[in-house]
Amino acid sequence: MTYVVTDNCRGCRFTECVTVCPVECFHLDDTMTYIDPENCIDCGGCAPACPVGAIEPDYRLAADKKFWIDINRKRAAETPVISARLPPLPGADERRQALGR
Amino acid sequence: MTLPNLETVGGGDVRIALIGSGPSGFYTTEALFRSGAPVAVDMFERLPVPYGLVRFGVAPDHPKLKQVTATFDRIAKTPGFRFVGGVTVGRDVTVDELRESYDAVVMATGADVSRSLGIQGEALAGSHHAGDFVAWYNGHPDFGDLRFDLDHEAATIIGHGNVALDVARILAKTADELRKTDIASHALEVLAESRIREIHIVGRGTPAQAKFSSKELRDFLELRECVALIEGNGITPEDFEAENPDDPEMSDKLSLLKAFSQQAPTKPRRCFFRFGLSPRSIKGRQQVETISFARRSGSAEEDIACGLVFSSVGRRTAPIAGVPYDEHRGVHANVDGRVMAGNSAIDGLYVCGWSKRGSNGTIGTSRGCGIATAEAILADLLRRRRSCLGTPDALLARLAARVPRIVSYGDWTTLDAAEKRRGAVIGKPREKFVSIPAMLAAMNA
Repeated sequence: MTYVVTDNCRGCRFTECVTVCPVECFHLDDTMTYIDPENCIDCGGCAPACPVGAIEPDYRLAADKKFWIDINRKRAAETPVISARLPPLPGADERRQALGR
Repeated sequence: MTLPNLETVGGGDVRIALIGSGPSGFYTTEALFRSGAPVAVDMFERLPVPYGLVRFGVAPDHPKLKQVTATFDRIAKTPGFRFVGGVTVGRDVTVDELRESYDAVVMATGADVSRSLGIQGEALAGSHHAGDFVAWYNGHPDFGDLRFDLDHEAATIIGHGNVALDVARILAKTADELRKTDIASHALEVLAESRIREIHIVGRGTPAQAKFSSKELRDFLELRECVALIEGNGITPEDFEAENPDDPEMSDKLSLLKAFSQQAPTKPRRCFFRFGLSPRSIKGRQQVETISFARRSGSAEEDIACGLVFSSVGRRTAPIAGVPYDEHRGVHANVDGRVMAGNSAIDGLYVCGWSKRGSNGTIGTSRGCGIATAEAILADLLRRRRSCLGTPDALLARLAARVPRIVSYGDWTTLDAAEKRRGAVIGKPREKFVSIPAMLAAMNA
């Protein structure tokens, strides 16, 4: 298994997940973070840390969200590791409220 | 994290002594190095081996979680890092002595002391702390000589956290399911002869209040010879409905428990989850025979017959001379990682991880916690640097005369390779050395 970042991260990118990841398996691009499934050790620390509930274990994803597993694998391979927290994207708090979080 | 410019404090490298080599110790070290400040860290560990609960707590059948040690090894390679193994702070060297030679001393001592139930009969044979059993099957040197008599039909685990689930799962598995893990061989031999067929996991609260996580619960669907069931007395179908359906972890946990409640006892071993029961007393003539519980709703009592009981009701930090203790929270007295004597912070004394905030959270939680403690240390050092009477090297030279051997990270690497070689022969990821003399001998081999 692995944990997976999904659509709620897009446009927020709070990166609280990065602080609590024990193995630095988060990668990022301009819109969101991704988990490298090869390095994730399934500790589960990141899921409750995400302010917008974007992170789930793969087995818990709804059928229409399963495609995020492949996106995380692919984008993690193409993007740099992020090892320290960054400021959220502009408008992140508004988006969090819009998501009802 | 903001980088304080410690160059301005003068006096060369900032020298930090860190006590403990578990996750929080390594992550505090990492954060100190990453700050860019010129720091040197000496990590003291009373055993000859690092990793704390990753080696002695994480269950042998959870190997993926143990891959985190690769991160610890990377941190240990940072210039300025030294492992000082085989030195017991509080016995071989005092905290005050460390404070005389280091700019800052950080306690990362975890939560080693199992809480007791505080009920009658707890001292009977067959009554154990879950934490002792965990340390035993994980090959902790202090627990290798413990004896667990598994020649009983039933065992009860009191507590609804992830440690309780670890203990239940290890009892529920067959020897074949454990044979290819890094479980200590003395434990595998005893477990292979186990007669336990009935495991009760008992908690005070409701299914929603149980602290174990859905991920650990899910493991109970995969057991070869054991089926997970709910002992339904006092449980209604509503107890499995999540109050907030938007909480995926809670929904997952409750739906798994609901699934357990609908399973048939189709396998030879059965694991019963029981709710709403507070332990009142453990009874037996020579050894544990029954445990009496009070039902949370109403005054009814309920007995469980079993020959073994494991209490898994939390842990406390072991107090250490020279560090004020918070009896209420069971940790070193601190505010946000600064050790406190009454209302004032003790200069140059810090704490991180479970000995700072109590025994909760995952390995990742300790990373965030370590970063916070490192920030406090650096902020204080920037404000004012204490003057030290001695130096770390002079202290280590004195220590070398007090202990059989100061174990370096290189020594550990030798031992690590030896354990892996021993394991490979029998298809295990490693075969741990359990006694300290055996560890030291393998370092010299």
